[in-house]
Amino acid sequence: MAVAATTRTGVRPSRAGRRPSVPSWIGTVPFFGYVGIFLLLPTGIVVWDAFKNPAGKFTLSGLTALGNAQVRGFFIGSFKLSLISALVGAVGGAILAYAIASGNPDGVIRRLYLSASGVLAQFGGVTLAFAFLVLLGPAGLLLHASWYYSFPWGITLIYAYFQIPLMVLVFLPAIDGLRIQWREASESLGSSAWQYWRYVGGPLLLPAFLGALLLLFANALSAFATIQAWEDQIAYTVPQQISTSMSSEVGLANINYADALALGMVVLVAIVMTGYALMQRRAARWLR
Amino acid sequence: MTSPMTSTRDDAARTAVEVRLEGLSRRYGPVVALDHLDLTLQPGELVALLGPSGCGKTTTLRLLAGLEDTDTGSVTVGGKDITRLPASKRDMGMVFQAYSLFPHMTVRQNVAFGLRLRRVAAAQRDKRALDMLDLVGLSTQADRYPNQISGGQQQRVALARALAIEPQVLLLDEPLSALDAKVRAQLRDQIRKIQLEVGITTLFVTHDQEEALAIADRVGVMKEGRLEQLAPPTDVYSRPATSFVAEFVGLSNRLTGEVSGGQVTVRGCTLPLMEAGVPDGRVVALVRPEAVTLASHTSVESGPLVGTVIAVTFLGATSRVTVDLGDITIMAQLQTSDASALPAGSRVALTIRPDPVLVSSSSSADGSVAEEEE
Amino acid sequence: MAAITSVGETPLEGPAKRPVGMQARRRRRLNLFRYVVFTVFGLFFVLPLLAMARWSLEGVKVGSWSVTAWRQIASYNSNEGIPPLISTVEITLELAVITSAVMLVLVVPTMIWIRLRVRWLARTMEFLCLLPLTIPAIVLVVGLGPIYNKIAHLSLSALMLFWVYVVLAMPYAYRALAAGLNAMDAITLSEAARSLGASWFTVIVRVIVPNMWDGILNALLLTSALVLGEFTIAFLLLYVNLQVELYSISRNTPNAGVIFSTSVAALLFAFVLLLLLSFAGRLRRGIRL
Repeated sequence: MAVAATTRTGVRPSRAGRRPSVPSWIGTVPFFGYVGIFLLLPTGIVVWDAFKNPAGKFTLSGLTALGNAQVRGFFIGSFKLSLISALVGAVGGAILAYAIASGNPDGVIRRLYLSASGVLAQFGGVTLAFAFLVLLGPAGLLLHASWYYSFPWGITLIYAYFQIPLMVLVFLPAIDGLRIQWREASESLGSSAWQYWRYVGGPLLLPAFLGALLLLFANALSAFATIQAWEDQIAYTVPQQISTSMSSEVGLANINYADALALGMVVLVAIVMTGYALMQRRAARWLR
Repeated sequence: MTSPMTSTRDDAARTAVEVRLEGLSRRYGPVVALDHLDLTLQPGELVALLGPSGCGKTTTLRLLAGLEDTDTGSVTVGGKDITRLPASKRDMGMVFQAYSLFPHMTVRQNVAFGLRLRRVAAAQRDKRALDMLDLVGLSTQADRYPNQISGGQQQRVALARALAIEPQVLLLDEPLSALDAKVRAQLRDQIRKIQLEVGITTLFVTHDQEEALAIADRVGVMKEGRLEQLAPPTDVYSRPATSFVAEFVGLSNRLTGEVSGGQVTVRGCTLPLMEAGVPDGRVVALVRPEAVTLASHTSVESGPLVGTVIAVTFLGATSRVTVDLGDITIMAQLQTSDASALPAGSRVALTIRPDPVLVSSSSSADGSVAEEEE
Repeated sequence: MAAITSVGETPLEGPAKRPVGMQARRRRRLNLFRYVVFTVFGLFFVLPLLAMARWSLEGVKVGSWSVTAWRQIASYNSNEGIPPLISTVEITLELAVITSAVMLVLVVPTMIWIRLRVRWLARTMEFLCLLPLTIPAIVLVVGLGPIYNKIAHLSLSALMLFWVYVVLAMPYAYRALAAGLNAMDAITLSEAARSLGASWFTVIVRVIVPNMWDGILNALLLTSALVLGEFTIAFLLLYVNLQVELYSISRNTPNAGVIFSTSVAALLFAFVLLLLLSFAGRLRRGIRL
């Protein structure tokens, strides 16, 4: 049955035999081309320009600038905020996820919290900062929290607003993956609830938990809009400093600095995300 | 290789216990899962609970295990009332249908888990774990992970894990249902063999009647939360207490007949009745296919049990022959050597062996062949 | 022969005392835990939203009520060389539509094509689609400068942001679309269709895509939510979209009611969209069944 069908891009299946066929991967060119231009190229430019100076010559001065104390301060600030908000989000989100998972799988509460998590995990940026400003800021409706503008605690509270839902989205499948037979088998063998979590439930959930923690860390590291809307006079984190150096009136001299900072960020995030991917694979092995 | 088995046998001789379930009831909302169930397991015996889904057999097992609460009644093991004890304190070994091995532990660690909870020293629990793995024949797989061994092997490990803690009672919840047919038969026999060696009181839940009949000391057929019959396998099969049991266990032909004078006449054959005191009148008799045989010395032209062969199903040593008698179809189970002489379309004369039959006065679907319930 | 025991033979020793079920007690404890958790977290998530909503309805005197802030959405003009608020809202909505459309046209056929014909590229596509999660917007925007300088020759409109928004939305949209595609056995379906004489175009458009509606709707929602909320790239590339405008307004007039009314409106819009899309999903399923 020689079906010589024509495709949209004019590719014939090689079964037709007699005519030379265009390879079918041609159909994916639009996609890869697009991604190449708008994702890979900018990244490449960042990396490339990090090694250039304003005159266009190759230099390592951008990188060495990364070593100075001020820059270190930004990275430490980013690191502190990301770690704390990731921990808060991970623990809080895990508790919430467990509460959701232990309920009726088809119930109202579960669907409500899941859709809410889907929306809230994306809800960040300026709007979120406004909302907390109105709630806890100087003219706060609930109260005026004196620590609202403190770093990192004030901003951590705001970050928690999207970190916790993100944790629920990422970690809930893992909790669902804990088979009830394991709990029952463990109990019939004589374990208490604590022993079950210590020997069975905990170890099984650990890779998923660590992976989710890393994801939350990377998420906080990359966040810009929220912290910028919260406090734009002082730069605490690397993204804020990148913004400052990009829009500074001092001149182009800072673009390479911004590139170097960006490169540092990319490396950091890439490392974290690799860790996340590894943990995910481990978790999937047991909790499918 | 004899030492682990003798030591377990000695253990068992010391500890085989009686299990008594009395008046157990359980409802889930409007659904009655168990209705005042009474069941006693003698020390060392294997009772199989058999029945369709929803009959309450799994609920019974889980109540015994302590994984669910009973609304009424009591559970007594070895003379001790354990109704209020949580599952973790009931000292029972349980084998689930599937997926119960801990995926992050090796086979050896799985088997030793119960001992670890009881704070047995590492060297000792390792030895015991290996002994148990020897018992089930898997000591070579001790350091593998559950996802590296087959389903049948996983269930054997689960059995070893349950027995490692030297429980008083062994509970098996459809342990073979998730396995391939061939593995199922092998494992079934192995479970029985081990159970006899260890001598532990065992409750085995299944929906597969072949399993139940093959390995149990007594079979309890359940329906809608009640025990229809609790008897040795041969009795359940040839002396079913109710028509439900007769139709659930094995195949039955439903044939109309006329009762008079303590016997029933079915299509020209007179058969003794299984129960006494059945009033005269029209009834439906449940006749086993193996009681339907070829009639010699009878013409194949016409008669109440003369008809045309529709199909012959080859089952190995025996074959099932479906015959169209004109108004109904009937199933006969014959030796394959006899059945091979009956190609489809040939005329054949049958007769019914005078085994005692169960009759019921209900007049559902007259004459049709009852299908085997799964 | 052997005795046939049946129900009722062993007399009960009177009704047993009702046991205090282990499982029942555990369930009660669990429910208490759940209610506490849901209340605490529920409050945490709802309070800021309520505060925003309340502030958007605030009048001139503290504590009074007024819908001024909502009416201002249509007319607000901060006079800073930024377009009036309402036109920025329009542009952002258009941006959401364009981004979604381009995203779907780009990703869906490619995904299906790879699944059916070029399987060895599946891993690569997945990696690229998830890569934007690893390359934060703040990094991307640094490298986008030269590229957007070129684009500026084409048009200065903020709508040009769609080029990069498609890339930003890819991880979320891809996951939703992949879930939709994986829910069916695309290869078998396509082989069945092809054996009946369908062209590849027909296979994609009339066989695979209709079975992916759930994933597509989800992807649409996620993309739109992302566009509505995007700030970083627009801000640093000096375009004005909804979030950027709200930010500027807040810098000039902190606590201007209009920023809250707009934010609440945007949230409500996303929420309504979510509901509509989930109902659309359920409706289709109902009809088909």
